[in-house]
Amino acid sequence: MAGQVIYNVANIPNLKILYCYLIANSLIIASPHTNQDYPAMMLEDESRSKLLFQLREILSEEQLITDNEALRPYECDGLSAYKKLPVAVVLPETIEQIQHIMRVCSSLFIPVVARGAGTGLSGGALPHEGGIILGLSRFKNILDIDVDNQTARVQPGVRNLAITEAAREHNLYYAPDPSSQIACSIGGNVAENSGGVHCLKYGLTVHNILQVKIITTEGDLLTLGSATLDNTGYDLLGLITGSEGMLGIIVEILVRLLPRPESVNVIMAAFDKTENAAAAVADIIAAGIIPAGLEMMDKLAIEAVEAFIHAGYPEDAEAMLLCELDGTAGEVLEQSTLVKQQMTNNHAISITEADEPEQQAKLWAGRKSAFPAVGRLSPDYYCMDGTIPRHQIANVLSRMAELSESFGLRVANVFHAGDGNLHPLILYDANIPGELDKAEQFGAEILKLSVDVGGTITGEHGVGSEKIDQMCYQFSDDELSYFHAIKEAFDPNGILNPGKAVPTLHRCAELGQMHVHHGKLPHPELPRF
Amino acid sequence: MPSIPSTPGVIKASELALQEQVKSSLADKTPLAIQGGNSKAFYGNPVNAERLLDVSSHSGIVEYAPCELCLTVCAGTRIVDIDAALAENQQMLPFEPPVYNENATIGGAIAAGLSGPRRAYSGSVRDAVLGVKIINGKGEIISFGGQVMKNVAGYDVTRLMTGSFGTLGVILEVSLKVLPKPALEATLIQPFSHEDSIQHFTSLRKTGLPISASCYYDNQVYLRLSGSEAYISDLYKKKGWGTPSENNNFWQSIRNHTHDFFQQTNKPLWRLSVASVSPASAQLGADSLIEWGGSLRWAAKNTPTNIVKSIAEKKSGHAVLFRGNIPEVQTFPKPEPALFMLHQKLKRKLDPQGIFNPDRLYLGL
Ligand SMILES: Cc1cc2nc3c(=O)[nH]c(=O)nc-3n(C[C@H](O)[C@H](O)[C@H](O)COP(=O)(O)OP(=O)(O)OC[C@H]3O[C@@H](n4cnc5c(N)ncnc54)[C@H](O)[C@@H]3O)c2cc1C
Repeated sequence: MAGQVIYNVANIPNLKILYCYLIANSLIIASPHTNQDYPAMMLEDESRSKLLFQLREILSEEQLITDNEALRPYECDGLSAYKKLPVAVVLPETIEQIQHIMRVCSSLFIPVVARGAGTGLSGGALPHEGGIILGLSRFKNILDIDVDNQTARVQPGVRNLAITEAAREHNLYYAPDPSSQIACSIGGNVAENSGGVHCLKYGLTVHNILQVKIITTEGDLLTLGSATLDNTGYDLLGLITGSEGMLGIIVEILVRLLPRPESVNVIMAAFDKTENAAAAVADIIAAGIIPAGLEMMDKLAIEAVEAFIHAGYPEDAEAMLLCELDGTAGEVLEQSTLVKQQMTNNHAISITEADEPEQQAKLWAGRKSAFPAVGRLSPDYYCMDGTIPRHQIANVLSRMAELSESFGLRVANVFHAGDGNLHPLILYDANIPGELDKAEQFGAEILKLSVDVGGTITGEHGVGSEKIDQMCYQFSDDELSYFHAIKEAFDPNGILNPGKAVPTLHRCAELGQMHVHHGKLPHPELPRF
Repeated sequence: MPSIPSTPGVIKASELALQEQVKSSLADKTPLAIQGGNSKAFYGNPVNAERLLDVSSHSGIVEYAPCELCLTVCAGTRIVDIDAALAENQQMLPFEPPVYNENATIGGAIAAGLSGPRRAYSGSVRDAVLGVKIINGKGEIISFGGQVMKNVAGYDVTRLMTGSFGTLGVILEVSLKVLPKPALEATLIQPFSHEDSIQHFTSLRKTGLPISASCYYDNQVYLRLSGSEAYISDLYKKKGWGTPSENNNFWQSIRNHTHDFFQQTNKPLWRLSVASVSPASAQLGADSLIEWGGSLRWAAKNTPTNIVKSIAEKKSGHAVLFRGNIPEVQTFPKPEPALFMLHQKLKRKLDPQGIFNPDRLYLGL
């Protein structure tokens, strides 16, 4: 496993998910360094005692944590390079308690950071030193499964996988499946608009939820979206999805369930050139097929997985594809033939098919353990999350190889090729002075590259604290101001997750980054160095 | 008129012209009625503005790479032209937007948030939008989202614009997810009573049949089954349904409201969005038309407004007065006070001078 793993009790909702927790920790930058961008804003003693006094009016002793040692588990999320201690952690159990908490914090101007399972990878649930962590872990009931309407009404602290497990007896499932699904909460999924390997065909969280209830900073309970297929008014459900705890506290979610597909087939193909694998991806889509999942791994990732769990991956390959097709037996058969044809046309050196659940599970196990497998190659690594247009995959991978050379750091690629969502894993050793900085610079270069080729800095992990500076690169000042205007409509005093997701214009100006927006340089008439 | 191709990265004169008009409206504080093809003028409350902003001349495909499953178009592009360009590459808009007349533009479809027969099976307008370029309430041109399938940087302004009826800004360009067009779309017609149709739709949802549209009308259930020719023929054979036959005219008439049912213009037309399984309503009568596997129910009736609304609300849904005028009745049900206040706050922040389409969505917004 990666070195310098810091065990963090709050990240372990129960022991069964320890495995996932280990995965989580192999993903992080393990070297602790504090986030200098937000100077500590400790609460004055008077506000602090007022806050605690008012919270105690409605929370029991074990629902309000203030002791430093007990706060420690909440100091970070899955990105543990950033750590801070909050003033308090509150663990409410009723909607009324959350409403009260919000009203208290509004009146005292106390920052509130919502937290689901704390598996986020962008520092979204990083505490604020002057504020509280609002933990939703006690809201873990599945309130209702409506089999005929194919929906489930759930509380935000329910684990993603628990929904599918509960729906299984009705032959239904919840489609978005982030790799962290045994641990992450559905509330966190909504707040991040999380994806998974099946979102190519079935969409992201936003496509799979119908309605949410939120509590506003004023303590109002609002229902956004509709239990039916149509909605009227502004799409506030869309706006709250992916809002990273900046606009409201999500307290209930109505998710869409899907019938389990009748038939599934998994096809693995090996290529001796990355370009060929990338071209096969484009051709599969161009042939009119939308696979349930289409994943790609490069040589370094394949080698790491083989050494780790022996999934039967082709070690002589430069790149491999894992393609899952689902539907009725007839559809799957037909599409499998087409997919194999595209793979062969693009010079696949081997093609393996798995139509039995056990064989399929083995192939997927390799993909799903890829992060910890890569974690064994190096003391530390850093996971990126840019998305690019599909036709840029080969180009971006080769540019990344050049960057890897110039930074002197290895990079492994395991990603959602079907929708162009990259997850480069930059290998480094935090014990070597300067390597972490180098890894972060390398990461920033990859994100800029993603934007330059027409993509985005984050496909599913969110901006959080981590990618806040890259937001200055992707958006113009006018666009950032627009985000701030939206935030003000929901949260006029800026108490929800302050300092995350959207940078201030001031911060962007201070960064002094040369702002290339949508490929257009400002003042193109000026010479560049 | 075919749309004029645009070049990515080059700002069109029509875009700057629209921006100039917005800026002058801001300067003289004159609200604008934004209009594309004017095909949905009947839908929504009357706009409280005298000055027209015509977006229809801002048209053309900006970028279309079939293998990216993404199309970027100017808002004034006609839907019929988009359908044609996509069909050349065996692709389609997944949400099948209605085309009430051939001038209907994509900008209008996005702003109105209306989806057609395919909605229950391959998603709605808001499921297909990937990015927008807009003129905001300060007259600035800004872009959000993009052309990639996954993008979580910043708030989802693209979806906020979708269905906002132009009350938050002028949509200039939109990027949409497109899907492969099935080779064959067969139509299966079977007799069912009004009440039994709902039960039938419910059981169909569990079958995994390749349904791409469904409709109940006049004691018949219509299903559109889509896939390759071989697969659909095989399915028909297995089920004993005979030879598959297409009936695109029927689905076009449902999509575009040219079907006889939608021609009863002497009565108000109600659009009820309800939980799919809710029993058929005797009060709305057997002469209603049902779509989306039971979730969308149309009634052309003089039934009093409060009764129609309570029928919808009992079925966890809502009723929209789609066509026709009833004194004192707004098109859309007004949200509860705290939610309406949030709409007002957003409107004030994003359109501080209130120049975009006042009243169209809700009176006073
Ligand atoms: C091993 C591993 C694999 C992963 N794989 C994927 C993947 O495949 N796809 C993917 O998309 N992500 C993945 N992630 C990232 C992460 O699991 C997701 O972002 C997940 O949705 C976070 O859920 P959480 O409950 O842990 O949220 P947290 O980390 O607790 O919070 C995330 C953000 O949401 C906010 N928030 C949480 N709950 C609420 C609420 N109820 N109301 C308002 N705001 C709230 C927080 O303030 C924070 O900003 C992975 C993470 C790990 C560790």
